[in-house]
Amino acid sequence: MAIALSVHDLRKTYKGGHEALKGISLDVTQGDFFALLGPNGAGKTTLIGIVTSLVNKSGGSVAVFGHDLDTDPASAKACLGLVPQEFNFNMFEPVVEVVANQAGYYGIERREAFERAEKYLKHLDLWDKRRVMARNLSGGMKRRLMIARALVHDPKLLILDEPTAGVDIEIRRSMWKFLREINASGTTIILTTHYLEEAESLCRNIAIIDEGELIANTSTRQLLNTLHMETFILDLESPLSEVPDLGNQKLSLVDENTLEAEIYRTDSINELFTGLTSKGIRVISMRNKANRLEELFMNLVESGNGGGRRQTS
Amino acid sequence: MNTRTKLIALQTIVTKEVLRFARIWIQTVLPPMITTALYFIIFGNLIGPRIGPMEGFNYMEFIIPGLIMMAVITNSYSNVVSSFYGSKFQRHIEEMLISPVPNYIIVMGFVAGGVARGLTVGVAVTIVSLLFNPLNIHSLWVMASMILLTAILFSLAGLINGVYAKSFDDISIIPTFVLTPLTYLGGIFYSISMLPEFWQQISLVNPILYMVNAFRYGFLGVSDISLATSYAISLGFIVILYLYCLYLLSKGHGIRT
Repeated sequence: MAIALSVHDLRKTYKGGHEALKGISLDVTQGDFFALLGPNGAGKTTLIGIVTSLVNKSGGSVAVFGHDLDTDPASAKACLGLVPQEFNFNMFEPVVEVVANQAGYYGIERREAFERAEKYLKHLDLWDKRRVMARNLSGGMKRRLMIARALVHDPKLLILDEPTAGVDIEIRRSMWKFLREINASGTTIILTTHYLEEAESLCRNIAIIDEGELIANTSTRQLLNTLHMETFILDLESPLSEVPDLGNQKLSLVDENTLEAEIYRTDSINELFTGLTSKGIRVISMRNKANRLEELFMNLVESGNGGGRRQTS
Repeated sequence: MNTRTKLIALQTIVTKEVLRFARIWIQTVLPPMITTALYFIIFGNLIGPRIGPMEGFNYMEFIIPGLIMMAVITNSYSNVVSSFYGSKFQRHIEEMLISPVPNYIIVMGFVAGGVARGLTVGVAVTIVSLLFNPLNIHSLWVMASMILLTAILFSLAGLINGVYAKSFDDISIIPTFVLTPLTYLGGIFYSISMLPEFWQQISLVNPILYMVNAFRYGFLGVSDISLATSYAISLGFIVILYLYCLYLLSKGHGIRT
């Protein structure tokens, strides 16, 4: 499989001395749906900025589908589409022109640019807003406009920097569906997000950056397998006044009708239910306490801060 | 990108720039027409007859080329500085930076937008001048070439200002404190031969003087400065400013961190 993005020993030190990237190397294969995660200020947006030529690097190299960004920038840029974190279109332009102009910058003729703009605006439910000034769109519509704009030149690699930030769950789900379709049609996607559920649901591979360093780079499945414990919330039929003693089970009361149980992934949930049943406690529903990836993410970032657990594959 | 796709990218930037100022024509085209009409009324009609002829022409005829030139300079400059700074402020300059458009196409696109507005306003102001005086054309070629060169030069200067600007104040400082005084002292309202020798020499440092005089030559056939010098200075400034614009964009000054 070809390499869509190859980043080698990438470094960035801003004026004032802040070292945002400390020699990051990673490859993203063609057709992948890849998540780039990290806490605020980890260096994700800097990394994306360098790949998309919006930030000058201090060292290292970037190649997009084999085109080096230093020696063949035009070919590398032609393969890329970007949905940035913040709105960066002309607020005083009609929606259709925002998209068609972007196509023009990639050398697509005006007539075809408008045809493509129509295609993507219809796909993203913005066609009836085509003559509206971009500033008058709602937040969710603005996000979708940026996706339409990024896709108008049919990029082979689409980078989305927190594309669903601030959008409601319904729009987020429809955007996920759309991104899955785009990925299935052959476009490689790199996604940064704070919604770890989003990364877990969409992405096949994940890299985690913290303080400018890569602390994990592996498949989502492998990463999740490293979780030792899962936490479940149990809704009880009858209230409890104290935590039941079930031997080696780690239990705590959230409130009198809700029990929290931490279970080793190697243990069976049946043992928990057998214990609860023996105490006459009936469970009416059960759910995961938190997103599994979120727990793992916190573990990795915290261990990274504590001295450095690094894993790559 | 090949030549054809580069031309499409250029056409896109120019169309975008022209539509930008055309959409807000009440802010961009109308005010210079009104301002220049007031100049014609006050300086040409009311004060002019008391001043008497200048270089053998009535005062109204003498100031028309300078006032057209002033409108072209101001509008070419302000179009590019405000458009480029606006694209930085709203960050939609990033649309071009992430695309394969070469820097020289970006420069040419913004400059073409500035030239388009400068010439649109120049034509509009010329039409207004016809209400006060019939058009006197000595050399259409000199007139057209000099107005074009001037519009290019000040569009490039506006682009440099836009690159350096970090706030809306920064885009008005140069026009207010540099451009306007140089324009007024550039021989729009008078011939430098009227000045004492010392001030004549000082005036020669002002590049706008050369452009106004060459442009006036196109209308009236008279100039304080030789045409060759005017063309050489205009072309020289254009080359220097163009190369400087390319340098700033390649370094990403003010647009890349």
